[in-house]
Amino acid sequence: MTATAPLRDVSADPALFQTLLELIRRTSTQLPDDVVRAVTSARKDEAAGSNAEVALNVIGCNIGLARESSLPLCQDTGTILFYVHTPVAYDQIEFEEVATEAVRRATKLGYLRQNSVDSVTGKNTGDNTGPGSPVFHFHQWREPHVEVKLMLKGGGCENMNAQYSLPHPDFGGRDLKGVENAILDCILQAQGQGCGPGILGVCIGGDRGSGYGYAKEQLLRTMEDTNSEPALADLEQRIVEKANQSGIGPMGFGGKTTLLACKIGTQNRLPASFFVSVAYMCWAYRRRGVVVGAEGEAREWLY
Amino acid sequence: MIKLETPLTEQSVRDLHVGDTVTITGRLYTGRDSVHHRIHEGTKPPVDLKGQIIYHCGPVMVKEGDQWVCKAAGPTTSSREEPYQFEVMRDYGIRGVIGKGGMGEKTLNACREYGAVYLHAIGGAAQVCAASIKRVDGVDWMDLGSPEAIWHLWVEDFMAIVTMDAHGQSLHKNVFEESRTRLAALKA
Ligand code: SF4
Repeated sequence: MTATAPLRDVSADPALFQTLLELIRRTSTQLPDDVVRAVTSARKDEAAGSNAEVALNVIGCNIGLARESSLPLCQDTGTILFYVHTPVAYDQIEFEEVATEAVRRATKLGYLRQNSVDSVTGKNTGDNTGPGSPVFHFHQWREPHVEVKLMLKGGGCENMNAQYSLPHPDFGGRDLKGVENAILDCILQAQGQGCGPGILGVCIGGDRGSGYGYAKEQLLRTMEDTNSEPALADLEQRIVEKANQSGIGPMGFGGKTTLLACKIGTQNRLPASFFVSVAYMCWAYRRRGVVVGAEGEAREWLY
Repeated sequence: MIKLETPLTEQSVRDLHVGDTVTITGRLYTGRDSVHHRIHEGTKPPVDLKGQIIYHCGPVMVKEGDQWVCKAAGPTTSSREEPYQFEVMRDYGIRGVIGKGGMGEKTLNACREYGAVYLHAIGGAAQVCAASIKRVDGVDWMDLGSPEAIWHLWVEDFMAIVTMDAHGQSLHKNVFEESRTRLAALKA
């Protein structure tokens, strides 16, 4: 699903190239409105003059600066994750080539940091491409148009992802209680490291690989989105409430705002396995999307 | 708000306490994983680090004409340097580290022994940090790749919070213990 596309003449597809470049620019520099709302409303919960308040104020200021100056919100522009829905018979290979070119250009322009490193030699490719970078998840659908969602997920928060296998002596059995305790442990361990306040994407079930993948996909939901499954909606809310009573606070400085949201999905599992996979996202929760028209133009911006 | 100027004196560092907000003016050297690793392997740092601050940061740098310009420069996770940081304090006399997430016992002990502090910048606040970087005066070890190189930054009023001091105190340790107790009480 990932590839290094050959250098390509993008002149064949200028509209799609421009659309994707603009998608990258927006994603790296403009935090989505729903995330901004959550950060802003958290500010008033913290004690005046506390380190927690200082942290949230600086974050608020940073969000404004990045947007105004069209510069990256965070210097770690992260793993570049494209989630693409395409109509049947659409040329996904060509999309991948154009998107890879757009990534190269965005790196040159400073919207993205040089973030792709050979895992054996340690050499940075310098343009964000190479085996596994960028990442593409393609899905076909029966709609007539292409929809592209892009998420940039930084390394600091990615390092705090965790996967639990239930039952577990400390967390409990294969039920929602066990799941809840596992997620709370992840929040405890992630403190200070993943640039909180954080947002969690969780997958209950799946295998180790698909579980992590689906946990990340939960982060494509908006902050306000409520789970259609009532038991999971309750759990999502309870996790946020408990996390915010932990006292961890922004940056782990202590305070009331530890978690801004928790989004949980499920996948079926094998009878023998029960994984809880948690994708931890930092406050710099960069996700944007675009609906692409027939000529490659941006028809509608998402989020 | 306490104003600091680099290079730092031992006394100015020992006067700081966990929870203090400081602003820094002067030279900062970036250094992260590969730099610490290379120093640990025995290579001498290319700059005099005495009294200086190492900033755990992999900035976005763009060359405009002959000049490097810093486009984004927030802190990176410091715990990755835990195996090496105390050596750099001991052998090269750095007085401060800026990063995020705090560091462990080895570094905390070195802070006390050699007179150094850990300063926490606001993670992810790359533009706020970059705004106080007034100049990029040079770079060493570019062969490590741009995010891993040693960038010579000149900063004015760079804000950070003292989370580990030279008196053996660590805000990270305190918050971790407290939150562990609280979360245990909230267990399902
Ligand atoms: S965890 Fe997020 S906010 Fe923090 S440095 Fe990484 S990408 Fe930036």
